[in-house]
Amino acid sequence: MRTIRIGAGAGYSGDRIEPAVELAEKGALNYLVFECLAERTIALAQAAKMKDPNAGYDPLLAARMKAVLPACRAGGVKIVTNMGAANPEAAAQATRTIAQQLGLHGLKIAAVSGDDVFADTKTSTMPLDIGGTMNDLGNRIISANAYVGAASIAEALAGGADVVITGRAADPSLFLGPLIHEFGWALDDWPLLGKGILVGHLLECAGQVTGGYFADPGFKDVAGLERLGFPIGEVRADGDLVVTKVAGSGGQVTALTVKEQLMYEIHDPTRYFQPDVIADFSQVRVEEIGHDRVHVTGATGAAKTGELKVSVGSVDSFIGEGQISYAGPGAVERGRLALEIVRGRLALTGVAVSELRADLIGVNALHGDALSQTQGLTPYEVRVRVAGRTESMAEAARIGEEVETLYTNGPAGGGGAWKSAREVIAVASALIPERMVTTRVQMFEA
Amino acid sequence: MKLRDLAHSRTGDKGNTSNISVIAYDPKTYDALRGYLTAERVQTHFAGVITGHVTRYEMPLIAAMNFVMTGALGGGVTRSLAIDAHGKGLSSALLDLDLPDDLLTAAV
Repeated sequence: MRTIRIGAGAGYSGDRIEPAVELAEKGALNYLVFECLAERTIALAQAAKMKDPNAGYDPLLAARMKAVLPACRAGGVKIVTNMGAANPEAAAQATRTIAQQLGLHGLKIAAVSGDDVFADTKTSTMPLDIGGTMNDLGNRIISANAYVGAASIAEALAGGADVVITGRAADPSLFLGPLIHEFGWALDDWPLLGKGILVGHLLECAGQVTGGYFADPGFKDVAGLERLGFPIGEVRADGDLVVTKVAGSGGQVTALTVKEQLMYEIHDPTRYFQPDVIADFSQVRVEEIGHDRVHVTGATGAAKTGELKVSVGSVDSFIGEGQISYAGPGAVERGRLALEIVRGRLALTGVAVSELRADLIGVNALHGDALSQTQGLTPYEVRVRVAGRTESMAEAARIGEEVETLYTNGPAGGGGAWKSAREVIAVASALIPERMVTTRVQMFEA
Repeated sequence: MKLRDLAHSRTGDKGNTSNISVIAYDPKTYDALRGYLTAERVQTHFAGVITGHVTRYEMPLIAAMNFVMTGALGGGVTRSLAIDAHGKGLSSALLDLDLPDDLLTAAV
């Protein structure tokens, strides 16, 4: 039975670049997939596109394409990515320019668009997961993008694309698209589509299935994390999957790494909602069949819901933050005094803060006093952190300023003050009937 | 004995919901872990950290449980004031949970 080899070249927008080059050169791949689009990123990209119609795609697109295109062209490896973000056409044109500069004439680049449903939905009464409707967001709403499925990716590949660039496609669909194209899977063969979603789900976070986000010295040791290899899925026409990586790269593919990634970001394992299918991972089995080779079977699926999730971005608020460190005997007491002073200063100077968080990094910053068992704890050093939510940037800046003034006005020995203030783009979600979303494929040739 | 001695774990995030997997190193300990590590016990462990509800899903074929916690991420990853907005560290917090020393012998 025919097998397709798909590599994952990035697990998030800022991911390392050279593991993808290693995959392109040594992975004997058919496809190299880059998943680079987080929930909030598309909202920020939409804002960038509004300012500049040629912007709004992934800032690392050029660097990644320059790094892998020569080896991919030489090896016949096709690329699929969501680096198009808010502007797949501009991303495809930029990729065409890079291909021309590299002398890769005739390279075909497809842009898949249609996920942007902002104009059609911004004043709608579609309910949001956070409560209220889209219309309630008023002029704070800045983007609405539907998670589209694999069909248009498969269509682009059938049209001869060497590179397929999407906007807000569902992450696993980037992998399912090539499988549908290569194996001719029917778009209503739910068990096969469920298996394809599992392929994508296990690979989409790249290093997270090859030993990244996993090491716990003494319990789960992983060698070579500084040269972590990214994963390869060997997928058969019946959806059977082996996860592996390039021989000699760092990290490991074991039953443990695969099980952790299998359960990553899923809720009910019998119902993993995707645009193309409701995948069912509840009967999955995981078996080590060799060194860095794990066989995964048992995924299935049920008919899709006919609704697509929409990621809705809106200007929410501002967050101001400040930090400062204390050391030696009494560090915790001086840190707690510093927090009291900042609270007092914000009240005294009338800074309107709707939510305030006061942490001692090294003591209770991650999970609060109860879980951290802070009673009697005397670390050598602590770092004070104050973060607050405001309605304006000017008020947000006041929070960091009140931490910084602890230098000369606060407890003894405060050092290393740092401050920031930023606008918060929040993301909520809604559901839209699939028929309201029309994707289209546009081809560019270098 | 800590949960960390018997199981490994990973946290995922979606909106204001966190999911924490608990995977038995040795599938033979799964039934004992399943008996002890109820959704209620996890909810109690995270009292004051999460504001929502814990649901447990079982995956016996890989000796694992999935704990889905709503109201776990300070209003959601994109607007949280927390230093770890994704709640990546919640899996480590759960592995710190104390288990009865006779958990495995009692189950035999």
